[in-house]
Parts: sequence; C-alpha cells; structure tokens
Amino acid sequence: MRFRIERNPSPVWLRPLIPLLAIVFTMVLTSTLVLLVGANPFAAYYYFLVEPLSSRVSAIEVLVKSTPLLLTGAAVTFAFVGGYWNIGAEGQLLMGATAATAIGLQMEGVPPWLAIPLMLAGGFAAGMLWALAPALMRVKLAIDEVVTTLLLNSVAFLIVSALLNGPWRDPVSQWPQSPEIAASAIFPKLIPRTRLHLGFIIAVVVIILIWFVLTRTAFGLRMRAVGLGSDAARFAGIHVDRTLLTAALVSGGIAGLAGVNEVAGIHYHLIDAISGGNGYTGIIVATLGTLNAWGVALAAVFIGLIDTGAQSVSRALGVPSYLGGVIQAALLLVTLAFLLLQHYRIRRVR
Amino acid sequence: MDQAVWLTFLVGVLAATLRVATPLVWASIGEVYTERAGILNLGIEGTMFLGAFVGFAVAARASDAGFGGYLWLGLLAAMAAGVLMALLMGLLSVTLGVNQHVSGLGVTLLGIALSLFGFRLVFGESSVLPSVEPFGQFSIFGDLPIVGQVFKQYLLTYIAFLILVPVAWWVLYRSSFGLNVRAVGENPEAADAAGVDVYRTRYAALAIGGALMAVGGAFLSLAQLGAFSPGIIAGRGWVCIALVIFARWDPVRATLGALLFGAVFALQLRLQTLGFDLPFEAFLALPYLVTILALAIAGRNAPYPGAYLKPYRRE
Repeated sequence: MRFRIERNPSPVWLRPLIPLLAIVFTMVLTSTLVLLVGANPFAAYYYFLVEPLSSRVSAIEVLVKSTPLLLTGAAVTFAFVGGYWNIGAEGQLLMGATAATAIGLQMEGVPPWLAIPLMLAGGFAAGMLWALAPALMRVKLAIDEVVTTLLLNSVAFLIVSALLNGPWRDPVSQWPQSPEIAASAIFPKLIPRTRLHLGFIIAVVVIILIWFVLTRTAFGLRMRAVGLGSDAARFAGIHVDRTLLTAALVSGGIAGLAGVNEVAGIHYHLIDAISGGNGYTGIIVATLGTLNAWGVALAAVFIGLIDTGAQSVSRALGVPSYLGGVIQAALLLVTLAFLLLQHYRIRRVR
Repeated sequence: MDQAVWLTFLVGVLAATLRVATPLVWASIGEVYTERAGILNLGIEGTMFLGAFVGFAVAARASDAGFGGYLWLGLLAAMAAGVLMALLMGLLSVTLGVNQHVSGLGVTLLGIALSLFGFRLVFGESSVLPSVEPFGQFSIFGDLPIVGQVFKQYLLTYIAFLILVPVAWWVLYRSSFGLNVRAVGENPEAADAAGVDVYRTRYAALAIGGALMAVGGAFLSLAQLGAFSPGIIAGRGWVCIALVIFARWDPVRATLGALLFGAVFALQLRLQTLGFDLPFEAFLALPYLVTILALAIAGRNAPYPGAYLKPYRRE
C-alpha cells in the first residue's frame, strides 16, 4: 500500500478545526505516557484542562502564565506572516528583560506613569536592536535568518549571565540575580492578592494591534503578500526588503516587551532563567494559532492552561509536571503535520 | 610563572581541549551529514539531550542489575534513541515536507521534555543525583611525560578523532552513498532523475546524524560526568549548528572548529580556576559571533547545500 500527498485545498469550514484536531490527537498520543506512570489518562486530562479553571485563583493563574505567551506568540506570528523566520524571540525577550532591568534599577523616585512607559519603550527598543543584525543580513546579503537569529539567542543568554555574574550581581543573594528594580517600576496588580498584572492588558492590546495591522491595513496586506512569495510581491511593486525589515524589527520589539513583562510583572529582578523558554514556546503558540491574532490569543491561553494544569496533575496524580512540556512539544509537531491538511490530502495509490 | 608551572598549565589545556571537543565532533559530524542531504536538523540540541538521558538511564538500570557492559548498552540505547528522533524529523521534513526550522525546534523541545519527564519517571525525586561509574581514561602513550598526560582520554575521544573523522570524510566524499547524500542535498530533482531514492537517502543521512548526535550527548553523561542533569547539554547543539556553517559543511573542518572551540573553552576554564577574573561568557559567545561574522563575510557566496531547507516532493 502506498500513499501520495497531493495538492487539494480543504473546505474553509474545516480550517479552524485543524488545531482542535491536533490537540485531540496529541492528547491521545501523550496519554500513553500517562499510562506509563500508572495514572488514568481521563483523570490526568481533567486535572490538565478542567481543574485549573474550577477555582478563581488558579483560573487567574492561567492568565498570568499566558501573558508572556500572548506577547511571544504575537512576536513570532508577526514575523512568520511576513515570511521572516524569526527563531530569535528567546534572545529578543532576554534583551528586553535586560533593558527593563537597566531602566528599572534607575527609577528610584520616578513616578510610575513615567517609569513604566520608559521601561516598555526600552524593552521594545532592545528587542528590535537584537533583531536588527539578522534582519539586515537577510535583506542586504540574502543570509538565511533562521540560524543567525537562533545563534543570537545563545549570545543573549551569555550577556545576561555575564551581567548577573558581574556588575549586576546582587551582593545579598546567594544566586546570580540582579538587585530588585525600583518599586515605582513594578507593574501594578490588576486584581489584589493575585499575580495578574498590567502586563496582561499590554499583551491583549498588542494582540488587538497585530490583528488590526495584519488584516486591516495596507502594510499588513503587503506583509502577507511577501510572506506568500517574495518574487510575486516584488513584481506587484512591493518594497520587499523594507517590509521584511519592518516585520523583523517589530517582531523583535514585541518579544522585547515579553521580557519587560517578566521583569516588571513577575520577578522584579533579572535572573538567568527569566525567559522560562517563553521565546521558544511562542513558536508553538504562533503555530497552534495558525498565525492568526485571535488564534494566537486562544493558543496562548491554552498553553497557559497546560502549564498550570501540569502542576495540578503532578500534585494530584504524581505524574511528573514535565508532561506539560512533552504535550506542548508534541502539539507543535502534530499541528505542523495537521496544518498540511489545509492544502494537501493524503490519497492511497495502487 | 616558572617553566614547570607553564608546562602543567599547557598540558592541562591541551588535554581539556580534546575532552571538550569530543561531543562537538560527534554531533557536528552528525549535523554535517543531515545538512549535506538538504535538511537543517535543529533537533540536534534535543537529540543530544535525549542521547545523554537514555544512555544514562539504561546504563544506570543495567548497572543496578549487575550487567558488566552497562556503559556500552547505554551507548547503544542512546544511539537507538537518536535514530528514533531522526526518523521523527524525517517523517516531518522528508515525508510530509513541513517547515524544517519549526519542526527541528519542535524535535528539540520534545527531546528535552521527554528526557526531563523520563528522568523523573525512572529516578523519582531523590535528593541525591543518581550516578554510574563512567568510562575510564587511558593514554596510548602510557606514562610518558607530557604526551602521556595530554592523551589520557576517553575511548570515545579516541574513536571520534581516529576513526569517526576519517571514516565520515571517506564515506561522504569517496563512497557512492556519500555521493548520493550530497546529490540529494544539492539537487534532488537531478538525483531523482539519475535513479537515486531521494527520500530513502535523506532518511539514511538523518538516521546516521541522529545516532552521532546522541553519542555526543551520551559522551557527557557516560564518560565525562557519569550522571545526568538538566543542564547537561547547555547549548552544545547550537554550538554545533554554528560549527557546521563555520566549517562550510565539511566534516574535517568541523573537527578543526570543534578543537578550536575546545581550546578556547579549556583556556578560559583554566584561567578561571587560576583565579583570573574573566568575563568567561565572552569566550563562550565566540563560536556564535565568529560564525555570524563568517556568514556575513561570505555573504551570498556561503556554500549552502543547494537544496538547504527545501522539502522535496516528487511530482
């Protein structure tokens, strides 16, 4: 028996269902690991998907977890839609966090209405700056951005580590971490006695903005045209280079905001694990959200749910919480494969 | 410093150079094979991770069971895990032809998550890190002064430099299989027309690459450390991605690049232990920055394999 993959666009109504199918398929796959631990998969998925939403505190925690993912997911989406394969959200996030710390440490006595916008602007600029070299190399020298953006992630991590082991090392702490940023630079809480902070509003605004730019502006149309094929776009009279450069820089800036968010909203100082892998998880979010702003929003909340649920599964059933990471990675691969159904079908050939 | 101190210093740095370079040689030659077949396998970091974990877990359990060849069994299991990861990468990038960068990163994320999950599953949450008696070191120069100490290395280091490198070079440039690998990476349409099975060749290159990457990871857990920890690979896979480009997709140059990195790494480590206050991160960032610079200088002339990042679909 042989199979062939052939071009055949799926009906439009099926397309939004593809990520859902991917989620279900991934759950079935990963339930084998749950069985391996000796737990009941149905119980496990109850703790993963339902239990976190059953109390107000943990439901809010889901939103806290999804806040950086909304931003990194938006960042990756913005680049990918324009056909710019920014794998560097992780490094751009780290640079945004570094800038936020640098500014936040100096904000003693500065009122919050000034300190917070300064940090956001600084983080955005730092993320953009970190995205600049690979973007220029792509546009001017036709050097593939995948490897350059990826390698700069490691460099960004080393810069953070150098700062934490050197000039920013908090003498009081036994771990390499920076001193705490000024109180006025800390994001205010949205709901008292929870961790939900201003960053969530910022993330939602960013999602709305990228939805607007990508679907309602001429620039968004140009970006999508470039993403579909730069030659055709060039013939249509679009400045491909300028479009790519903008997509790359804005993407880097948004990832930088995710770094500000982690420093000013969650940790209040810089640590080397500040990103928590959110830069890479942003790629999962963008893929699962099919590069669509609302899809990305849903995907970010879903991944936030898995992150929160992983803790409750571990508490309730003794399933290692790393299962959450396995589900997320498997979900990325399954979604990638399932998205082919948008354009192809598999047929048996004799 | 007097002469004796200098000599000890030099011997230490040279010995450490070979040791640090070993996992990079294994994994970057693996990546050379995959990329030469037209596939950028960003799953390398996760494959090394899984290799380190599976190798260690199997070795630890076999050792508990009293099996004498536990280290070799672990190494074999690591290779099998590496091949499985490569087949997964092949399913996505060769058979289905989806985006290589994203699927490669997915494979890396999966490899890391599976290892961490598996580690908890096999060893529980004990506060003492489990360990095994690792591979020992020996020197082909015996107890001779200087050379004897420099070449006091692990068997896997000897195999890497004396067997793997020449064999990898010979297979890639002198065997018909190597010709096929380069052909499907350069121009799959032409290779197909000439009767080469593009899919099978790409799968084979991926599988070889995956096994080698896993050995690179398992070297760390089974030889250098005798243990597994979440920070074990620490970006070495990304160093290999840089080395392969820096080496312009050649196994011998990749080996030289690994030695160069090993030397820089060993030097900064020694200077640190001697109490020099160095921003050692600057040394560690070198392979990435040098590679990006090399790409910028080569620019459009960088000799990427012709079908790099391009899936092949037979029409």
